[in-house]
Amino acid sequence: MTAQPSTHGGIAKLSDVYRPSKSLGQEAWSRLVRNKASMFGLVVIVFFIFLAAFASVISPMDPLELHGGKKFLPPPFDQGATNIKAEPEFLLGTDSLGRDTLSRTIYGARVSIVVGFLPTTIILLLGTTVGMLAGYIGGRTDNLLMRLTDVIYAFPDLLFFIIIMVSLRDTFIGQFMNGLVLLFAALAIVNWVGVARLVRGQVLSIKQKEYIEAARCIGVKDNRIMTRHILPNCLSPLIVSAAFQIPGLIITEAILGYLGVGLRPSTDSADFFVTSWGSLMLDGQTAINSQPYLLLAPAICVALVVLAFTFLGDGLRDALDPRMRGTQ
Amino acid sequence: MTTYIIRRLLWLIPVLLTVSAVTFIVMRSAPGGPWDTDAERRQVDAATAKSLAAYYGLDKPMWRQFYAYVIGDTNSQTKEWVCGVICGNLGPSYRQRGRTVQDILFAPPEGKTFWQSRFGYSIRLGVMALSMAIFIGIPLGIIAALKQNTIVDYSALFIATSGISVPSFVLAIFLIIIFASRLHWIDIVVDDWTQIKYWFMPMAVLGFGTLAFTARLTRSSMLEVMRQDYVRTARAKGLAERVVIFIHMLKNALIPVITILGPALAGLVTGSFIIETMFSFPGMGRAYVQAIGQRDYSMIMGTTLIYAMLVAVANLSVDIVYVFIDPRIRLEE
Repeated sequence: MTAQPSTHGGIAKLSDVYRPSKSLGQEAWSRLVRNKASMFGLVVIVFFIFLAAFASVISPMDPLELHGGKKFLPPPFDQGATNIKAEPEFLLGTDSLGRDTLSRTIYGARVSIVVGFLPTTIILLLGTTVGMLAGYIGGRTDNLLMRLTDVIYAFPDLLFFIIIMVSLRDTFIGQFMNGLVLLFAALAIVNWVGVARLVRGQVLSIKQKEYIEAARCIGVKDNRIMTRHILPNCLSPLIVSAAFQIPGLIITEAILGYLGVGLRPSTDSADFFVTSWGSLMLDGQTAINSQPYLLLAPAICVALVVLAFTFLGDGLRDALDPRMRGTQ
Repeated sequence: MTTYIIRRLLWLIPVLLTVSAVTFIVMRSAPGGPWDTDAERRQVDAATAKSLAAYYGLDKPMWRQFYAYVIGDTNSQTKEWVCGVICGNLGPSYRQRGRTVQDILFAPPEGKTFWQSRFGYSIRLGVMALSMAIFIGIPLGIIAALKQNTIVDYSALFIATSGISVPSFVLAIFLIIIFASRLHWIDIVVDDWTQIKYWFMPMAVLGFGTLAFTARLTRSSMLEVMRQDYVRTARAKGLAERVVIFIHMLKNALIPVITILGPALAGLVTGSFIIETMFSFPGMGRAYVQAIGQRDYSMIMGTTLIYAMLVAVANLSVDIVYVFIDPRIRLEE
C-alpha cells in the first residue's frame, strides 16, 4: 500500500502516510496473492479438495457399477486404435470391469487429498516435538534423538513403505479401512525425520537470541518458552516444508498403488475411499493401447496436484521469507 | 581426514544393521509363511512346508534367524557352516529354487559380462541418466544464469520447474503412450536391450528430474557467484569473459551442485525400480518389484540392503569429495 500525499497546502496529513500495521500472516498473504503461479496452485488444490469432498454428487456414474460387456471402452472423443465402439455416456471410457473411468478418477481424488494432508499433520506434530526437544534440551537427549534420525534417514524411504505395506497388509491394521491407516502410519514414521532436523536447527539458533534470554530472566517456564517464544518463530520454514511434503506423499501413494501395494480398491459402495489414482494406473497399464485414458486421467491428476503444491510452496517460501526470494 | 573416513565407514555398520533388523522384523511379523501366500500356484502341503521351513531355518527363534542372516549359522541338514551377509551371502531365494539372492542380482547370464547382470543393467541405466542430467542440466543452468530475466532464462526455469514437479512415472506414462502406443516409434515390450535406441526413453525419464534439479541449483548458485567481489575484480583487471566465467565463476558455483550428485545417483538407482517396471527393463529394480509380487522375502531383504548401502556410500563419498573441493569446509569434531 502506498501513501498518496494529498495536497492540502502542500502538507501531507498524518492519516495519509499512516499505514495500518499488519501481522506476519497478513503480510505474507498479501505477497502470496500477488504471485500468479501460487494462486493458480491454490485454485487447483481447492478444486481437487472440492472434487474429493463432493465426489458422490459430481461423478456422473457410480464408480463401482459394473457395465457387463463394456470393458475397456475408449472415450467418445478418441476412438484410438481399437474397434470397440465408444459410448457417449462414458466420457473417459471404462476400465477392465466396465466401470466408468471419469467417476473413478474423481473418487480417486479423495485418497490423494487425504494422503496429502493427514499424514502431513502427524509428521509435523511428531517432527516438531522431537526437533524442539532435541534442540532445546540439547546434550544427551539431542545426541540420542539425532542418532535415531540419522538411522531413519539412511533408510531408502520408498523401499521402507513397500516393505511395511507388503508384510503388514494381511494384519488387522493392514485390513483397517482398506489399508489406508497402515499407509498413513508408514508414511508418517519415515517422514517426520526431515521435519525434526529442520526444527532442531531453527531452535538451536533461536534459543541464542536475546528475547529468549529475556524471557528466561523474568522466569518464564521452559515449556512456555518453547511454545510461545520459539515455536512461532519456527513456523515459516515449517509451513514451507509442509507444502513440499504434501506432493511427495501424494506421489508416494500413487507409486505404491501402481505397484499394487497401496490402498486396496474397494467393492463396497458404503466405503468412502473407493479407489486411488495409483490403483487406477495399475489397472490402466493392462490396456495401454486400447484405453490409454484409464492411465492418462489419473496420471494427469497426479501431475496437476503435485505441480499445484510445488507452485504454492514456492510462493509460500517467497511470501513468508522475502529474503529467500529467487535463491532456490 | 583418514580418521574421519574411518569413522564414517564405521557408522555404516549400525545403520545397515538397523536397516536389516527393521526389514527382518517387519518381514517376519507378516502373517503366514512365504509358501502359503501364492494363491495361484499349487498349495504346499503341511509336511512339505515344515521341511521347507527347516531347510531355510525358519523354524528357529527369530533372533537366531537374524543372527544366521547377518553372521551365519550351521545348516541343520548338511551340518555345514553357512556364512551370512557379512560374507556377501544374501541367502537363498524363496521363489527361484537353487539360486541365491546375490546370484540373481549380480551373476550375469551364461557367457555374458558383469554388465549384463541385473545389477549391471541398473548401474548402467543410472549412470547414463546421471550423465544426461549433468551434461544437459549444468550447461542449462549456466546459460539461464548468464542470460538472467530473458526468454532463455524463463524457458530454462520452466523446464526445470516442470521437471521437478512432474513425477517420473507420470512422465513415463506420457512418453510411452505418445511414442510407443500412438506413434509406434519404439516397442512397448522390448526383449532385446542390447540395442541402444531402447535405452533412450527410460534414461530420459529417469534422468529428467535430476536434470531439472541440477539446472535450478546451478542457476541459483551461479547467480550468487556472479555478484561476488572477486568476479568484479576479475573483470576489472581485464580478464577475458570466457576466463571469468569458466575459471572464476564456475569453479565456485559448481560446489553445491557436486554435493547433490551423490544423493542424486543413489536416488536414480533406487528410484529406478518403478521406471524399470514400466519399461520392463531387466534391472535390479524390476527384480525387486517382482519379488514383492511373489513375496520372496529373502530377495526383498537383500535388495533393500543393497539399496541402503548404495545410498549410504553415495552420501559418504559426497561428504569426502566436498572436503577436497571446498577448502572452506572443515570437518567438524
